[in-house]
Amino acid sequence: MEMLSGAEMVVRSLQDEGIEHIFGYPGGSVLDIYDAIFQSDKIEHYLVRHEQAAVHMADAYSRATGKVGCVLVTAGPGATNCITGIVTAYMDSIPLVVLSGQVPTNWIGDDAFQEADMIGISRPVVKHSFSCRTAEDIPMAIKKAFYIASTGRPGPVVIDLPKDVQSPLHKFPYEYPKSVELRSYKPTLSGHKGQIKRALAALLGAKKPVLYVGGGSIIANASKQILELAEKLNLPVTNTLMGLGAFPGQHKQNIGMLGMHGTYEANLSMHNADLIFSAGARFDDRVTNNVDKFCPNAKIMQIDIDPTSISKNIHADLPIVGSIEVVLQQMLDLLEETKATNDSESINAWWDQINEWRAKDCLAYQTSETHIKPQQVIQCLYKVTKGDAIVTSDVGQHQMVAAQYYPFKEPRQWINSGGAGTMGFGLPAAMGCKIAFPDRPVVCVTGDGSIQMNIQELSTCMQYNIPVVILLLNNRSLGMVKQWQKMFYGGRQSHSYMDSVPDFVKLSEAYNHIGIKVDTIDQLEPALERAFELKDRVVFIDVAIDPEEHVYPMQVKFGSMQDMYLSKTERTDA
Amino acid sequence: MRSIISVLLENEPGALARVVGLFAQRAYNIESLTVSPTNDLTLSRMTITTEVDCKATLEQMMKQLHKLVDVLRVSELTEGAHVERELLLIKVRTSNNEDREEVKRTCDIYRGQIVDITQHLYTIQLTGAGVKLDAFIDTINNASEIVEVVRSGVCGIARGEKALRG
Repeated sequence: MEMLSGAEMVVRSLQDEGIEHIFGYPGGSVLDIYDAIFQSDKIEHYLVRHEQAAVHMADAYSRATGKVGCVLVTAGPGATNCITGIVTAYMDSIPLVVLSGQVPTNWIGDDAFQEADMIGISRPVVKHSFSCRTAEDIPMAIKKAFYIASTGRPGPVVIDLPKDVQSPLHKFPYEYPKSVELRSYKPTLSGHKGQIKRALAALLGAKKPVLYVGGGSIIANASKQILELAEKLNLPVTNTLMGLGAFPGQHKQNIGMLGMHGTYEANLSMHNADLIFSAGARFDDRVTNNVDKFCPNAKIMQIDIDPTSISKNIHADLPIVGSIEVVLQQMLDLLEETKATNDSESINAWWDQINEWRAKDCLAYQTSETHIKPQQVIQCLYKVTKGDAIVTSDVGQHQMVAAQYYPFKEPRQWINSGGAGTMGFGLPAAMGCKIAFPDRPVVCVTGDGSIQMNIQELSTCMQYNIPVVILLLNNRSLGMVKQWQKMFYGGRQSHSYMDSVPDFVKLSEAYNHIGIKVDTIDQLEPALERAFELKDRVVFIDVAIDPEEHVYPMQVKFGSMQDMYLSKTERTDA
Repeated sequence: MRSIISVLLENEPGALARVVGLFAQRAYNIESLTVSPTNDLTLSRMTITTEVDCKATLEQMMKQLHKLVDVLRVSELTEGAHVERELLLIKVRTSNNEDREEVKRTCDIYRGQIVDITQHLYTIQLTGAGVKLDAFIDTINNASEIVEVVRSGVCGIARGEKALRG
């Protein structure tokens, strides 16, 4: 049998797991692993400028490809800098394996240099974690980590690797496990047959159904089944922020995103529905608004692979535990077999109602002679990229505007931090996507607050030539914070104004990238055209947008789903 | 409502911390927790007593426990017939013979055992449901001065055929 050191085992196990890209930052406790990486020609390592960015890159790489993202960092601060990235992945159920160095086993607990209890610190935000106490533990820990991260409801897994365990001085027999079996971990994939029968009957009997599609559908690759079911039964479909792209954005049955900044028609359809069929969504507080007023007449059907997501916030009348893809296929098969159908007359009447709501055109906005509106920027981006770009975003107004005005065609095209709401996610995320798909256009839609939270990664872009487009919606303020302060805090703009935003064009040029400043609407389209034509350069477009623009629609706090502000002057419940 | 949850989990480092962390993280309350390896040394058995506001919270708590990768089985004991026991060790000080006799008598009534004595101190061992131990502590307090109390927390098991096995 082949004899390898602990460090070599780490690298070989990753190779045998099929890992091609890894994101990380070296340091004292992982020098042996980095030495083994140096000698491997199968794994490409990307050196970031801050460990948080490594995790976001791996995370977005995973979101875009469906593969498991992989991170390698050193002990102490190297590991703790990953925590925000791990939380981000955990909240959105993204499979990651984070390998972190640790001080030698005989120093653990002694407050040694760069010691941090990474297993303890990360415990509440990982799916699972492993600590390797001998080199021989490594292959199985890595095998289990990838298995746990990628199956069931996916999530991040941390592996702690003390320095002595990696030592090149000691070699051990190496064999990568072919399979793994855990008696305490067996995710349910197919749905209970009786429940599926009942669910289908309820769906067919519904007069005002809504198909409510969340991020779980993208993770489960269930888009084909969703489209088929929706089209067969002529169901209105609404996507959560995380579910955008799971159902084609331009499809006539797509009634838009729902929730806090959802469309009028989506939120009213939900509120007035008699049946809500949730596929991989978790009735998050950004969707439901006041749970006591949530969808008063609706029967709730919920498919989720994670039993804890079912009936957590809203009681599910008809729960089904299983993979969205498998369960929907079971329903489609049963539909085919029974040749049953729903009452097209009542569905048509329901559509008449929905189309009436749609006619309100809630995403219409006023243009201005003097200012560029953020909505215009996203619509122009859609036009120039023909709707084909992978769009990553940071967190805030620009994120909501991108979600509202870029109708995503496909799953894995919209990459954002939905659950955690992590500012600083966008740029490293775009880089991770570009590494996964070098030939696809990748753009990071960002704000002047968010971009400065991981702007150091412009340097990583330079080192590896990762030609992403950065589209900055610059309103010289923390726009979403300011919007809330204007609406609910008497207009007192406490610390939401940035009066020292840098010259982003010069900053980009300092990193040998191309910077373009856009101040007027006529400069916008040519700038975007140029950015996507330059396929081998990072282009940073700094667009001065209207600083007073708010994101609408917006749900009224403590209201029901249908209670919304539609503009600065109009609200549905007034 | 009071609940007793039995958990069968991998006897691995960190498994206990994951359970305790879960309760803290999700703002669930733990009244007592006992844990020990079973006859199968690769497994630990845990009994958690908790106070929950409603059935939905209990359900969510059990699902969250089950979601932990190390956890094999989770079951609620108070819903069915069950046996629950707790061990009490209590050290009391007596000043005269009369009190010493009263301690001995109380101990007998409760079927406790005196496991250690010095000139003025008795150490008593008692098992039973929590309420019985509470009552004993109240009673013994009248005849003596309580020096030290240690309780194991609840161990529980279902009656009859029902079993929590790997």
